Amino acid sequence: MTISREDIEKVAVLARIRLDEEQIPALENDLGNILSLVDQLSAADTDSVEPLAHPLDAVQRLRTDDVTETNQREAFQAIAPATEDGLYLVPRVIE
Amino acid sequence: MQWDIVIGLEIHVQLATKTKIFSGSSTAFGAEPNTQASAVDLAMPGTLPVPNEQAFRYAVMFGLAVNAEIGRRSVFDRKNYFYPDLPKGYQTTQLDHPIVGPGFVDVDLADGSSKRVRIHHAHLEEDAGKSLHEDFHGMTGIDLNRAGTPLIEIVTEPDMNSAEEAVAFAKKLHSLVSSIGICDGDMSQGSLRFDVNISLKRKGSDELGTRTETKNLNSFRFMEQAIAHEVERQMDILEDGGRIIQETRLYNGERDESRSMRSKEEANDYRYFPCPDLLPVVIDDAFIESARDLLPELPDERKARFKKRYGLNDYDARLLSDDARMATFFEETASHGKDAKLAANWVLGEFSARLNADDKTVVQAPITGKQLGQLVARIADNTVSSSGAKKVFEALWNGDGGNADAIIEAQGLKQVSDTGALEQMVDEVLAGMPDQVAQYQQETDPKKQKKMLGGFMGPLMKASKGQGNPKLFNEILLKKLNH
Repeated sequence: MTISREDIEKVAVLARIRLDEEQIPALENDLGNILSLVDQLSAADTDSVEPLAHPLDAVQRLRTDDVTETNQREAFQAIAPATEDGLYLVPRVIE
Repeated sequence: MQWDIVIGLEIHVQLATKTKIFSGSSTAFGAEPNTQASAVDLAMPGTLPVPNEQAFRYAVMFGLAVNAEIGRRSVFDRKNYFYPDLPKGYQTTQLDHPIVGPGFVDVDLADGSSKRVRIHHAHLEEDAGKSLHEDFHGMTGIDLNRAGTPLIEIVTEPDMNSAEEAVAFAKKLHSLVSSIGICDGDMSQGSLRFDVNISLKRKGSDELGTRTETKNLNSFRFMEQAIAHEVERQMDILEDGGRIIQETRLYNGERDESRSMRSKEEANDYRYFPCPDLLPVVIDDAFIESARDLLPELPDERKARFKKRYGLNDYDARLLSDDARMATFFEETASHGKDAKLAANWVLGEFSARLNADDKTVVQAPITGKQLGQLVARIADNTVSSSGAKKVFEALWNGDGGNADAIIEAQGLKQVSDTGALEQMVDEVLAGMPDQVAQYQQETDPKKQKKMLGGFMGPLMKASKGQGNPKLFNEILLKKLNH
């Protein structure tokens, strides 16, 4: 399987990564190699293997519904780039 | 051309847990911004989610209430997208192994028929935070108190064919999740949010049309309007030979207009994959049975019981059983009221009308079921006439004097049921109306006779100062006139 230039541009948009024009050929090569590796894996016969949701053969433990967290807003907002009235400020989002 | 409307719903239900789905932060509504957003909710590096057992219990309770299979092995996936009120950059949700599998809900419609709406599945996921787009120096404010609030997203099959059916189903679902106590049901605070998928197809055709999704409807009225609006929009396009674009739309209830939010054809590629931070959650029989034990009587079961125990008709039984608090009020009224049907009439009539007029819920009503029941008992045993009873009700509602008996006494509303006294009044009134009596006795048409009888009731009620028992008056009149 090969990866096209358009695929790379689309993935970059989805991942919010800005790519320079000259980076693309190298990525095409690298990602293409990774996909070849996946193709090799796909060749393995997995008909009798159940899909794995997690590599650990264990079961999730659950927590009781008790409030254990306290208000740490001041500490968290001390490291935020911008806050106001208790809100985190981010560049304006327009839907 | 004639079209069939096809509607499916996705409903986000906020679960009434004390804490979030993956952290021990409080979910209480109305706190100061970001005071209930912990390191896990903020997606600080190094944090790990620990799932809340109660969220699973509530989801299982829902599954049992809609006759669904429970997912014994429930797996979380990451749905990746960027938005500032989603700090992790993905929503933790369930894609292929949801907690609740296929089920169904039976919905009563206004024409008395019943409609089965199939549930495709329901999965557990986390809510996002809130973005405030007011002006913060050209920036957007983010409040993450809501981030991580547990939700179940319920997905129906496209089984509804009109706005009426969709709204009836939505109301039934609201009643269900509120009465089993897994959601506070407060739609004004976004505790239930509806997304409506709508498509049109040629009448009778099996081929589904392209659908659109109208998102985030948080009232039944807006939902009904949004469906009507979208059906009309699609019909106009199709009638003109156009084609529907699969897209998400936002409906503005105030203006009754909608606009495209984003086109699903291009943008959304969520790149789901199993969440490596969470192991599969195994639900065993013991857990399911303990959840079943927590289920109260369901609205459908209650309706059946009301019909059987109180002899109510289907319509009244449904109105009284849908809301658990209304049902409790009715049962209290009936237990003190001697006559259950009469109690139902008063709860659904005078009482409900007064709640609406005063914009109150059952819980806020200034009278108790016991108080109304005591009044109903006095109507049932003929102590007070129905017009007198309305005065008593008014006094009870306004808090003028504790119980029905005291008010009947104080206002002199006791109905005269002493036949001797009533007979005397009838004699006197008839003596004063000899022409009408003669007319009545010459009349051969029983229908006209019945009408003429009414002419005597007015003077009789006047003579008794409104306190004569109308039923007894009627009996005595017939006896005297037909003699």
